Amino acid sequence: MYDIEQYYQAQSVADAVAALGRDPAAMPIAGGTDVLIQTREGRHAGCHLVSLHGLGELQDIRWEADGALVIGSGCTFSQITRSPLLQGRVDMLCQAVDQVGSPQIRNMGTLGGNVCNGVTSADSAPSLMAYEAELELQGPQGARRVPIGQWYTGPGKTVRGHEEVLTAVRISPQNYEGFSGCYLKYGKREAMEISTLGCAVLVKLTADRSAVEDLRAAFGVAAPTPVRCPRTEAMASGRALDEALVKELGQSVLTEIQPRDSWRASRDFRLQIAKELCRRAFRRAVELAGGEIRA
Amino acid sequence: MAIGISLVRVDARDKVTGEAKYTADLEPRSCLVAKVVHSTIAFGEVKAIHLDEALAVPGVVKILTYFDVPDYQFPTPGHPWSVEKAHQDVADRRMLNRRVRFYGDDIAAIVAEDNVAADRAARLIRVEYEAYEPYVTVEQAMAPGARAVHDERPNNVLAHSGFQVGEMSYREALASEDGLVTLEKTYRTQTVQHCHLELPTSIAWQADGKINVITSTQIPHIVRRVIGQATGLPWGSIRVIKPYIGGGFGNKQDVLYEPLNAWLSLQVGGRPVKLEVSREETLASTRVRHAIDFHVSGAVRKDGSLVARRCLANSNQGGYASHGHAIVANAINCFKQLYRDEKALECQANTVYTNIAVGGAMRGYGIPQGDFAAECLADDLARAIGMDPLEFRLKNCMQEGYEDPHTHIKFYSYGLRAAMEKGRTLIRWDALREQYRDQTGPVRRGVGMAIFCYKTGVHPISLETASCRMVLHQDGSIQVQMGATEIGQGADTVFTQMASEATGISVGKVHVSTVQDTDVTPFDTGAYASRQTYVSVMAVKKTGALLKQKILEYAGYALRLPVENLDLRDDQIVDTLTGEILRPVADVALEAFYSLDRSQHITAEATSHCKINTFASGCCFAEVEVDIPLGKVKVLNIVNVHDSGSLINPKLAEAQVHGGMSMGLGYALSEELLFDGKGRPLNPNLLDYKLPTALDTPDLQAAFVEIPDPTGPYGNKALGEPPAIPVAPAVRNAVLHATGVAIDSLPLSPQKLVEAFAQAGLIED
Repeated sequence: MYDIEQYYQAQSVADAVAALGRDPAAMPIAGGTDVLIQTREGRHAGCHLVSLHGLGELQDIRWEADGALVIGSGCTFSQITRSPLLQGRVDMLCQAVDQVGSPQIRNMGTLGGNVCNGVTSADSAPSLMAYEAELELQGPQGARRVPIGQWYTGPGKTVRGHEEVLTAVRISPQNYEGFSGCYLKYGKREAMEISTLGCAVLVKLTADRSAVEDLRAAFGVAAPTPVRCPRTEAMASGRALDEALVKELGQSVLTEIQPRDSWRASRDFRLQIAKELCRRAFRRAVELAGGEIRA
Repeated sequence: MAIGISLVRVDARDKVTGEAKYTADLEPRSCLVAKVVHSTIAFGEVKAIHLDEALAVPGVVKILTYFDVPDYQFPTPGHPWSVEKAHQDVADRRMLNRRVRFYGDDIAAIVAEDNVAADRAARLIRVEYEAYEPYVTVEQAMAPGARAVHDERPNNVLAHSGFQVGEMSYREALASEDGLVTLEKTYRTQTVQHCHLELPTSIAWQADGKINVITSTQIPHIVRRVIGQATGLPWGSIRVIKPYIGGGFGNKQDVLYEPLNAWLSLQVGGRPVKLEVSREETLASTRVRHAIDFHVSGAVRKDGSLVARRCLANSNQGGYASHGHAIVANAINCFKQLYRDEKALECQANTVYTNIAVGGAMRGYGIPQGDFAAECLADDLARAIGMDPLEFRLKNCMQEGYEDPHTHIKFYSYGLRAAMEKGRTLIRWDALREQYRDQTGPVRRGVGMAIFCYKTGVHPISLETASCRMVLHQDGSIQVQMGATEIGQGADTVFTQMASEATGISVGKVHVSTVQDTDVTPFDTGAYASRQTYVSVMAVKKTGALLKQKILEYAGYALRLPVENLDLRDDQIVDTLTGEILRPVADVALEAFYSLDRSQHITAEATSHCKINTFASGCCFAEVEVDIPLGKVKVLNIVNVHDSGSLINPKLAEAQVHGGMSMGLGYALSEELLFDGKGRPLNPNLLDYKLPTALDTPDLQAAFVEIPDPTGPYGNKALGEPPAIPVAPAVRNAVLHATGVAIDSLPLSPQKLVEAFAQAGLIED
């Protein structure tokens, strides 16, 4: 039995916003794959929950007229992986969320929960950082959009206000069209795993596929929040696809990340993994983009 | 013939459909719950415990502390009781403690209407401690001036033992000839936990003048005795019931919370109380596999003959004795029983109290640790002289007919070399050793192996006794009642087969009672030591013969034929002279029950006191691929070959091997319970404790060399624990072959590998 003091099933996003407004102690819950575990551990003992579970308006995946992909925050990981709209457009995200936990967790856990949880280990985060996603929030004052680069304020902390509900994640066409990407998750086992380090590399090649036009590298668990590597990205821009670039990428990202030393993994170990994953993700992204890395 | 067939598990239907009842399924109405309050320091004294706020939580019935429990110290391991004081287990435990000896020690217990009330109360209990510097390692606990964890052992050494084989000492052997190649190494094994699926759960209540306890245990009759020792209640007033259980692997070969739960029920007027510890508590506060360090030396000639070895093993016991020194004493036996040192073998072992989680029994009982050390050393010695490790083993391993000079346990049947040859073929050893020589690049492959041997049961170290009762039903089927327990390994199925073989009653008419109830179940010490198909089935065989004789006697009376001319085959009474089928047993049974002339309820019961023991053996071969920059080991192919005598049920035997190999792979690559400098467990949950998943597990190959053992009731010998033993050293040796880097501690975790590969210059910038 879980120690839940109050549970309110919202009928709509507006209803959820109002319910959160009425109760300063209330927390939103969607799939429950984080909240319920934390409740069982006693962290939220006696909690008041406002449930977003099952709200149809949060489960839509749309392709808007301007080419933007809009993913409802209540979409589960498995819905995203299987979405025909998302497949072929943001494959890296589809593949990244397919590495969360287990099939059962992917059938319950939502993209919105993964983003709002605010943790650096979220498997969707490096991809969303690379795609420069925008987050749509609904609050008592109406709707607003926050670029994901401005979302995280610290470990487990975001700019979401107490009464705000994340409604959708938006990826605009200039951030996915022509790109190919690869997310590599490093865990100690192949399933039921929290990321020790995660790396997303998104590339757009020049028309002749001989050089990098645009490269984006983002990491999870390489800093207190998910991070991009702007200096490395600038360095890679315009560079020919060769082994020298692969080597330099690995070395360069190490100057831009700050992984922590913990009993789960040492800083040196995470740096080694970051260097290697970044190179492998880049190789794979180039391969997917039809490019070839020359000696 | 009921032996050697792959009879479908007798419990398969119930388990697949969910009808099988486990302890938690048997919860009575109006059951209270109990929650144990654990210490948040590893070593010290509780100075005060404040309960007022907790007692005010609605739903809390009672809170008991160390202050309230009876002052009895009791032993917890699942060993037969010894009537000789010198051989009794160490009694160092109380149900609740004021002196705290590990992080998570039991200091109080809450009884409440539900778990939410109990959890709320637990968070409100305030404890004041006087904390001492805790000892996490054996070295810390053995350092001069260290504080005693238990006053009874002022230097923290729970026990020490050793032995020597050969005419001279290790030093003398080294001095006796020139040209020896020697190695000095330290091999370390880690703390791991059983991670059985079903948590340790019990339900206790008072009824019919007894305290009744339903519990998830491997050892119901021993639990009854220990509840008595812990509470002071007469043993006969305690009734223990064991339903289906979801695995034990040795953790439930210990008496865990059953005494506390029985006593708690009595404190609340005998109301039913359920005590289920969480996964986190199971990892931190029940039992673990001992971490053991082996300081080892070895000397070989350049021709590959093993001349001498020496080993000092230090076992980290944690805060309480539990199975204690028996584990590491068994571990060092592995050195003696696996190889022939031409001149000298010296082994010493210490078991040392520390302030980490309590070491107890776990599948293999010290041998997985000892085998890791012995088999790493075998490969390292072979490598030092440039010899193929398989040839090294074939040259030096224990031979047919070996008898341990101290315990006199013998290889009554011997298949070790045959197993090695079979494994050699299955893994394609010679081709792969050649193919994977001198590799370069970031991803490399290798092949490695390890051998083992394992005794069957515990004779002569401990008593081996088993009993069985058979009752003929009115339809000619039989009920078989045994104290031996089904714990998921398939015991009830092979008992069914062997009871059928012993009686002539077909397997479909043999009903094995799966629930043990100490009020009615004949005595047996339970499931451990890979003993039941050997020791307990000796009782089945004896009882079966008795029952059959009684049935034939009745049939002889009913048919007016001399009993010596009758036999019971396939549920029929047959004439042994003509082979003629005379009468179905069902008819004989019905007549025996209801005869107006001579009514007889045909039953039989016997105890078998087993005074023999035989070695099982085998090996593991593993082919791996090592991703050097990421520190990842992928097992491409793995095969265990077992010399376990005749197989009673080949399919179940194979399944047993698969389970053990899976456990061995976790031990090799990922599992480790970690403690910080304060003795606090860092990862007591299944997210951070890396039990392998299905996706981490390669196809597992099980193979056998079936050589009937003359001492086994049906040619069989140990198979329960052995599959877990050789996997970790085989994988380690395969990584050595792939990379040239010898990893000398378990597990072969990615960070450890990356550090070792970087040091060896295998990782580029």
